[in-house]
Order: sequence, then structure tokens, then C-alpha cells
Amino acid sequence: MRPRLMLAVFLGLLLIAPLLASEFHVTLLNYIGLYAIVALGLVLLTGVGGLTSFGQAAFVGLGAYTTAYLSAAESLPAWAASLGGSPWMGLLAGLLVTAVVAFVLGFLTLRLSGHYLPLGTIAWGISLYFLFGNLEFLGGHTGMSGIPALSIFGVELRESRKFYYVIWAVVLGAVWLTRNLLDSREGRAIRSLKGGVIMAEAMGVDTARSKVMIFLIAALFACVSGWLYAHLQRFVNPTPFGLHIGIEYLFMAVVGGSAHVWGALVGAGVITVLKQWLQDWLPRLLGASGNFEMIVFGLMMIVVLQRARDGLWPILARLVPQREVQREVPQGEALPRRPVPESGQVLLEARNVVKRFGGLVANNDMSLTVRAGEVMALIGPNGAGKSTMFNCISGVNPATEGEVRFRGEAVTHLNSRQIARLGMSRTFQHVRLLPTMSVLENVAIGGHLRGSRGVLPAMLHLEREEEARLLAEAARQVERVGLKDSMFDLAGSLALGQQRTLEIARALCADPCMLLLDEPAAGLRYLEKQSLAELLRKLRGEGMGILLVEHDMDFVMGLADRVVVMEFGEKIAEGLPDEVQRDPAVLEAYLGGVD
Amino acid sequence: MDLQIALLLGQDGITNGAIYALLSLALVLVFAVTRVIFIPQGEFVAFGALTLASFQAGKTPGTLWLLIGAGIAVALVDITMALRGGASRRIPGIVGWNLAYPAAAAAIVFLLKPNEFPLLAQIVLALALVVPLGPMMYRLAYQPLAEASVLVLLIVSVAVHLALVGLGLLFFGAEGSRTPSFSDASFNLGLVTVSGQTLWVVGASLLLIVVLFIFFERTIYGKALRATAMNRTGARLMGISTVMAGKLSFLLAALIGAFSGILIAPITTIYYDTGFLIGLKGFVGAIVGGLASYPVAAAGAILVGLLEAFSSFWASAFKEVIVFTLIIPVLVWRSLTTRHVEEDE
Repeated sequence: MRPRLMLAVFLGLLLIAPLLASEFHVTLLNYIGLYAIVALGLVLLTGVGGLTSFGQAAFVGLGAYTTAYLSAAESLPAWAASLGGSPWMGLLAGLLVTAVVAFVLGFLTLRLSGHYLPLGTIAWGISLYFLFGNLEFLGGHTGMSGIPALSIFGVELRESRKFYYVIWAVVLGAVWLTRNLLDSREGRAIRSLKGGVIMAEAMGVDTARSKVMIFLIAALFACVSGWLYAHLQRFVNPTPFGLHIGIEYLFMAVVGGSAHVWGALVGAGVITVLKQWLQDWLPRLLGASGNFEMIVFGLMMIVVLQRARDGLWPILARLVPQREVQREVPQGEALPRRPVPESGQVLLEARNVVKRFGGLVANNDMSLTVRAGEVMALIGPNGAGKSTMFNCISGVNPATEGEVRFRGEAVTHLNSRQIARLGMSRTFQHVRLLPTMSVLENVAIGGHLRGSRGVLPAMLHLEREEEARLLAEAARQVERVGLKDSMFDLAGSLALGQQRTLEIARALCADPCMLLLDEPAAGLRYLEKQSLAELLRKLRGEGMGILLVEHDMDFVMGLADRVVVMEFGEKIAEGLPDEVQRDPAVLEAYLGGVD
Repeated sequence: MDLQIALLLGQDGITNGAIYALLSLALVLVFAVTRVIFIPQGEFVAFGALTLASFQAGKTPGTLWLLIGAGIAVALVDITMALRGGASRRIPGIVGWNLAYPAAAAAIVFLLKPNEFPLLAQIVLALALVVPLGPMMYRLAYQPLAEASVLVLLIVSVAVHLALVGLGLLFFGAEGSRTPSFSDASFNLGLVTVSGQTLWVVGASLLLIVVLFIFFERTIYGKALRATAMNRTGARLMGISTVMAGKLSFLLAALIGAFSGILIAPITTIYYDTGFLIGLKGFVGAIVGGLASYPVAAAGAILVGLLEAFSSFWASAFKEVIVFTLIIPVLVWRSLTTRHVEEDE
């Protein structure tokens, strides 16, 4: 219970701080709070989602300027007059403007590979800064003053000691929302962005949507911070919304620990206090005036990234003994299942599939079928094109020519997300897991398409019932594949064979009618292989169609109903296991020709 | 606007565009070889120009202290590594490049009088002070993170940029400097007068581009860089040191940056933080080229220069807004034309 106690102490200190601290320190705490809200958005974006923005300060500016304009401009144009005067209208309008801008910007840049977003945000940060400074109706470089104070329940918040409580209530609210979000179905989808995009898409996660979503949330947090700033200062000018401040926000997130919600608060605190202190001392030390703290910040950042890339929070957290990890197996009502196709019905039909990579033909004229309730094995020497065939079937890398039909529908040009929705699920030859998430959470990603509650209910934790059912389903699949004892361990701590088994549980969690297993037995011990074979037989008995790539011939021949053999991208044999084993072409492919 | 003004603006745009083109080439080079998005490029522009200006004003440029300091830091790191790795035969080389070389540079600056040197010698000395900072920077900031993701490297770049801007302010103060033109000649071509400096900028840029082309096509080091850009692991297996490739690409980028600064210093006043915006405009060009194609990047940079010149005529207050908003349609166009295949990092 120690962390709870720490949290209580922290909240208590927050509550009484304005009663004890000097005016100067209260102001400092106010700024830390304002910065922490922005840094929190960056934690979600950078630390969790693996995206980055240097332009958050511009979003802060949007929030600040929108409310400043609506509540303090001398003459509003007619269309905006009815919105004028009220800070709350300013907040709503600011959120709206920010959402639109962030959506457009995110939509444009997030489809491109990782580094275009940060570059786009640098350009956007600069251009908005100059725009603020040059638009007459926003007061140009001198800015706008006369912004009204905020009043809540008739209490006007003119003093920083009173405003303090508003700011920190928002900070804690934002922390709560973010933590809720990360601990949900949508949160798992977001956490899979960093390093697991192909896998997440194969499990039905719309990763592009998740990216836009966290970019939006980060921008809206920044906008709220800007709105608070405007009503605290009651004056805005372009300076605090320039690119350098945007960079500072990112530094806060990284220094504090960008993968941790509390890291945002630590980072905001450290950078703000350090900046204050350096701005006092450096000019005296160097005998010149200027923003010399950026030299220190820059160097500090390089050292942090080289030596402690996870930031300060994990180091601090290690000082406090860890709470016992949750050991209770989640319980919940079973999720609805999809109707099982009749045994013997053709599930998958690939006809004359050709896959070319430039001049290289990886698959040539490949055809195969898989029926419900059978195990079809795809074998062949290394480099025969088996995994390429898998990728064509599952939509990861669509076929160049030919046709793939799944349950009667043409799926050749569907993406892996759409195919997953039809009831096909898969594992990967090179294990694709999220090593820092628990086994249970990894498996629950497989159930993504069986839930429907979105980001907003997740942030407010209104989707607990669905979440419980999803986790209970995941727990059932973990037990089914025999990983019950490691349910709460980190996926990265499992042995390779167990990780492969975990992938099967994740695929099963999607309630598929067909499974694609890419070398599931590799790295398993003898007994583990036997129980895997047992599991697959059981699934076959339940009417599941299974397409299997495997090198272990004993395993394949003992399990498969039919076998297709590939060599150099082409099918060289097809038939019952016994027939295939006697086929001269197969013998030659595997053992070399006998002259 | 009449034809004369248009020609004048065009001349302006092409002059600046040539500089942006040079910078965009350096950015593409560094990114291709090391995956570093080289934000500090602009600081080399400012440092090159301001170092030259310091010589001409008879002052000691602060970049000398930076060179000495960075040299000591690199020497400390490398000697420790060499001793730990049992490679003590590398130590004379390390001492030579990182300690003796800056000491020799300091000797020239203090014992001789650089402000009495001819312009060409001043330029060479300024480059000799600024350019080695490139590989030193690579060694200290980037090499320990060579395998990190593009994102981490980008954040490091921003951090290096920030530190260097702060140092620039410390070394050169907040006042701007301008250096005298390379030539005072001007040529009357009917409607428009072309200044000698414009010809210098465009000519030197073209020359540098040709030299770079020959370097990449004809020399073993150029080919090694291209190989590293195409396939790091493959290049390493062929015996190309990726550390060497990284340092070399930073050396070239620093050279291009500092030289660009020296070229434009007679045309625009350079402040300690001017480089950043200049570098970013090179970036817009580089992004037009998708950070991959040299000719498209150069063409994009010229376009940026022209756009900037003409928008400064029509809406001078919004010049920067227009230039940096250009990136948005470019990104739209790129996102419609590239089919993005996600790679795991």
C-alpha cells in the first residue's frame, strides 16, 4: 500500500502548499501545473505512442489566444459577438479550434513515416508564432491585455493562490483521464503503436485512428493549459508560444520520463525550477544577459537520452518499494461468439497467387484451400515463400496477381484489419509482442474487435463492464494455451517458445474461425509441442480451420490433414501427409536429387 | 509589380535558394547516412559567418574555445575507450586530431594577426575552426546513440541545436554582423543589375554541388557513404566503418553549412540565431525531396527561395508564415503519392 500512501501525502502537500508557501513559490507551482498539463499530452504522444511534436506551444497559444480574443477584443465581428465576454465560451471555442487544426495537421502528417510529424510541427510552430505576432486583431507582437479573471461559482479568481487550486485540479483531472485511457482497450491499441503496428493491424486495431486520437488529446490538453494561462496572466503575447517553448515542453516530458504519467509532473517541476535558477545564476556567472539556460538544457537532454533514456521517473519510482502486482484472474461474462462454420466448408481459397517484389517473384501461381475443421500444413525449405504467402493471405502484403477468397468474399485487396474482422487471425514467424505489457494485456489486444467502446468512455472509465469481459476472455485464452502461471508477467520475460504460445492465445482471443500459424512449434520443448498439438487437435474438432507453416516434420505429419509443399515460390506437391512424404519432387527438394 | 522588380526579386530568390539548396543537400546526406535529422545545420551557417566576421573585426572568435573544449571532451572519451579496449596505439591519432589540431589553430589565431590576412586566408581559417566541430559533435552527441530510433536522434538534434544557439549568443553576443563582399563588381544586363556577390553565391554553390557529385560518384569515400546510406549492415559487412561514415557526413555537412554562411554574410546580417531559420528553409526543400532525392531537394530549395523573395514583396510581415506553411501542401502531396509501409524500429 506504500504507493497509495505516497499519493495521499503528495495530494495533502498539494492541498496545503498555498497556505504555507510564499507568493513567489505559489506562482512557480502554478506554472509547473500549467506546463505539466502540456507535458502530460506529450507523454501520451511521445512516450506511449512513439510520436513527437515540437509544436505543442502553438496549441497552448491557440487556447490562450482564442479565449483572449473572445473575452477581451475591443470589437468582435458580428458572428462572434454572441460568444464574447465569457471565459467558458472561450474555452469551448478554443477546444474546437484546436481540435480542427490538430485533426487536419495530424491527418496530413501521421500517414507519413515517423519523422514527418515532428518536422511538420516545427514548421507549424514557427508559422503560428509569426501569425500571432503579425495579425493586427490579435494585438501583434505587443499582445492583448484586459483578459477577464476566471470566476467559478461566483468567486472571482484574481489571486494566484486561488487560481492554484483550479490549475492543480485540472492537472490531477488530466492525470486521471490519461491513466484511465491507458488502462483500457483503446489504451492497449495506443500502446501497441510503438513497435507493434503490423501486429496491431492484424488484430484489427486501426492504428492510424489511434495516432490521430492521441495527437488530438495532446493538443486539447495543451489548449486547456493555454486557456488557464490566459486567465491567470490576463495578458497574452506571442513569446510563450514560440518554437523554443515547444521544445522545452518536449524536454519536460523526456527528462521526467516520457513513458510515465507522473513523469510529466516531475519533468515540468525539474525544468521549471531549474530554468528559474539558471536564469538567475548563469548571466551573473557569464557576465552577459541572455537565455543561457538553453545551453544547460541542451546538454542535459543529450546526457539524459544517452544515459537514462526513460527519464527520471523510473529512477524515483525504484526508491519506493513496488506494490504487489495484481494476481486476481479477471472475471466477467463471456463475450458473444461468432457462428462456427460447418465442418468441411471451404473457408479459404487462394487461386493462382503471384507476389513480386520488383523483379523477384516470391510466390508464383500458388493455389491452396483450407476447410473448416482441418489442419492444412504449408511446408517447404527455407526461402520457399511460405511467409510471403501468409502475408498475401492475411493482407499484410497483398498479392500482385491472383485471387484470395475467405468465406466466399474476395479479400485480395482488403487490408489486414478488414480481413481480421471477417474471422481470420494469425501468429507471426518473428514474434511480435509488446514486451513491456503483461501476458494478459498482450492477449487482450487480440480481442480488440470484440469490444466497441471508444476513447471517451475509456477516459472516464465508463466501459468497465466491457473491459472486464474482454480481460476475462483474454484470461480464458491464456489458461487454454497453458500460460496461466505467467498471466501477469511481462511478455518480454517469457522464453521464446512461450512467446509463440502467447501469440496463439492472442489470435484465439479474436474468436476466429480460421487460424494462420507461422512456425508455432519452433523453440518449443518436446512436451510443449505435444500439448500444442493437443490444443490444435481440439480446435480442429471445434470446427476451426488451421493453416500451418512448420519445419518440424514429426509435428506436421502427425497433425496435418493435408499438406502443400512449396519450393522457389511454387507449389511442387499437394496431398495427404503420407503421399507427400513419398513424392519424388518433395524428396528431391528436401534431401537433394538421387542420381 | 513590373518586370524590373520581378527580375530583382527573382535574383534575390535564386541567391537565397542556392544557399537553401546547398543546405538541403547536406541535410539529405546526413539523414541518408546516419538517420539524423540535422537541425543544428543552421548553427554552422551562423558560426561560419560570425567566425569570419570576428576575424575581420580583430576579435578572437568564440568558436575557437568551442573547438578546444569539444576537442578535449572527444579526446577524454576516446582515450578512455581506447585504454579500456586495449587499443592504445590509437592514442597518438586521437591526441593529434582533438588536442594538437585545436592547439595549432589557437596558435595561428593568437600569434599571427588574422585581421590582416587576405580574405581568402581568413575564410580558410574560419572553416578550419568551424568544420571540425561537425565530426566532434557526431562523436559526442550522436555516436553513442547510433542505433536509436529516428525520433530519439531528432530529439538529440533539437537539444544540440538549443545548446549551440545558447553558445552562439555567449560567443558572439546579440548583435548581428555583416562581412564585406567578395567582389564589388556589378553587371548590367539590360533591365537588371546583377551584383558580383550574387554571382559568387550562385557560382560557388554550383561548383560545390559539382564537387560533391564527383566525390560521390568517383571516390572511394563517396561510394562508402552511398553504400552506408543504402544499407548500413551491408556496408558494415563490406568493411565500411559506419562511425567513419557518420563522421564524414557530419564533416561535409559542417563544411557546407559554414561555407554557406560565409557566402551569404555579405548579403544579409547574420545574428547568432539566424542560422536556424535558414537551415529550416533548407529543410523545407529537403522535405520536398522526401529526404531522399538530391536533385528534387535542390529544386525544392530554389522554389523556397523564390517564394520567400516574392512573398516578402507582397506580404512582408507574413513572409515566414507563407514559407513554412508551404510545407503543408508538400506533405499532402507526399502523403498522397507515397504508399507508406511501416517499419518496426
